[in-house]
Amino acid sequence: MNNSKDYIRIEKTAKARRITFNAVTYFFLAVWAVIVLFPFYWMLLTSVKSYSAYNAESVPRFFTLSPTLQNYTEAFTAVPLGRYLLNTTIFTVATTAAMLAVITLAAYAFARLDFRGKNVVFILFLSLMMIPSELVIITNFVTITNLDMRNTFPGLILPSVTSVFYIYLLKENFEQIPDSLYYAAKVDGTSDLKYLFKVMIPISKPTLITITILKVIECWNSYVWPRLITDDENYYLVSNGIQEIRENGFGRENIPAMMAAVVVISLPLIVLFLIFRNKIMAGVSRGGTKG
Amino acid sequence: MRKRWRDSGFKGWLYLLPAILFLGVFMVYPLIDVFVYSFEEGYNSASQMHFGIGVYNYAYVLHDPYFLQAVRNTFLLVVITVPLSTGIALLISVGLHSIRPLRKLFQTVYFLPYVTNTLAVGLVFMILFKKTAYSDGLINLLITWFGGSSVDFIDGPYWAKMFVLCLYTIWVVMPFKILILTSALASVNEQLYQAARVDGTSAFRIFGRITLPMISPMIFYLIITGFIGAFKAYSDVVALFGTDLNAAEMNTIVGYVYDMLYGDSGGYPSYASAAAILLFAIVLTITCINLLVSKRRVHY
Repeated sequence: MNNSKDYIRIEKTAKARRITFNAVTYFFLAVWAVIVLFPFYWMLLTSVKSYSAYNAESVPRFFTLSPTLQNYTEAFTAVPLGRYLLNTTIFTVATTAAMLAVITLAAYAFARLDFRGKNVVFILFLSLMMIPSELVIITNFVTITNLDMRNTFPGLILPSVTSVFYIYLLKENFEQIPDSLYYAAKVDGTSDLKYLFKVMIPISKPTLITITILKVIECWNSYVWPRLITDDENYYLVSNGIQEIRENGFGRENIPAMMAAVVVISLPLIVLFLIFRNKIMAGVSRGGTKG
Repeated sequence: MRKRWRDSGFKGWLYLLPAILFLGVFMVYPLIDVFVYSFEEGYNSASQMHFGIGVYNYAYVLHDPYFLQAVRNTFLLVVITVPLSTGIALLISVGLHSIRPLRKLFQTVYFLPYVTNTLAVGLVFMILFKKTAYSDGLINLLITWFGGSSVDFIDGPYWAKMFVLCLYTIWVVMPFKILILTSALASVNEQLYQAARVDGTSAFRIFGRITLPMISPMIFYLIITGFIGAFKAYSDVVALFGTDLNAAEMNTIVGYVYDMLYGDSGGYPSYASAAAILLFAIVLTITCINLLVSKRRVHY
């Protein structure tokens, strides 16, 4: 009798401890979620406050009762935000497409074709992964300047159309496709290129999509190289555009319009992320680095 | 004849050609060239001439107060943000691992900073922390509510600027770390926990004796990539303090390299090269030390 009472008491305290532990966990997780989300909320909120209302608040308010889209029209008319977006889209699509072509061919050569010196070349490729971009960017800047390709799309795109890491990732994926498929195709007289397009690329589609998304994110957010290579506003990408807006745009103090521009620039990737959430997170944990 | 061509692997090289060309022009050649630049004394971009070979560029950079300031800033940033972000990420991941409802939602929210433009969100941080003539900004408002006195975090004292920079850096690097650690935690063999629970092991002991050792390789991976990433900090600094980082006393080593190369103080690829190589040497040394330590400490 006494014993079972003890058990009940022990169980009760254990349950109570579990509940408090859970409550504390949820509390801290919620705190971090607020820290992450707050800047997004603030940019959205500020972007729908009217200029006069924003400047009238010496104490910033956490909500607004009279949202306006005025700042968005301002963002597209007072600064060439549309052009920045268009440039970034061209840059992103062209870079990603060119990179996919280059790395697919290279990965195919490493995974499927036999030639003398393959292993040596592959090891050389891998060793290039250790080279930080800061080290090579100096000469690339000089090269592109000497080729007279500053303020052109080729100048922006060309240095970033190869990625050793993605070649490696794709090669690993290609190698998992059984050899027997290849020999069967060879017997049927299929050419290598046709085999690549009809068999290997369709099978490796998930990896290719992951690589594409990671590259798109990288392109959309790239700042350093575009800043070095463009000083003509007609070729600015969104990151440089934001920097330009911050330093010269909107008469400097029109913060609601700035925030509208920030929302417009952030939105495409956030939408992309919400659609491809699982793919992006799996892809980043496999191959992304940032931080 | 055709057959012999194929045997010698002509085709393989053909498929590799674009990759080799691009890597050669934009990676291998620059890598050699950067060392050449760094030893050419008195190189001038306009005339493309130099008048000597030696270590003067390194000496110049090492005596440049801007460079020393940049090194100090970078080291401070690394020393503060890497342990803090890894530690907080570990706490959050353990928390995420121990709950079931809402876990997916939290994971999604936590990952958001990864897909946002560093420059764009940096602007939001700047506005939150900035003190202007007509408003103290939101953070200062909170500080005064809690009885503190307001500080200008963007144009004010050094420690305040460093504080915002560290905060923003942690905010930016967190998604990657949380992602890696949650998947590491999920891959720990459940049987180990069950065995420990049968033995009546306390939660803290389970964490210290099972969880930590099992995920220690990933923690060290994060520390190493964190060190490398933080040493290369640049665009988040620009996002907060603008492009004139020397004036803001907030320059980083990478920022110094780019300033030397381009912009108002630019046009000195030799100094930029020397600084970049110094940075590379620092990162390489730290990574080697990390690897040595991890070899001794990481075990299953």
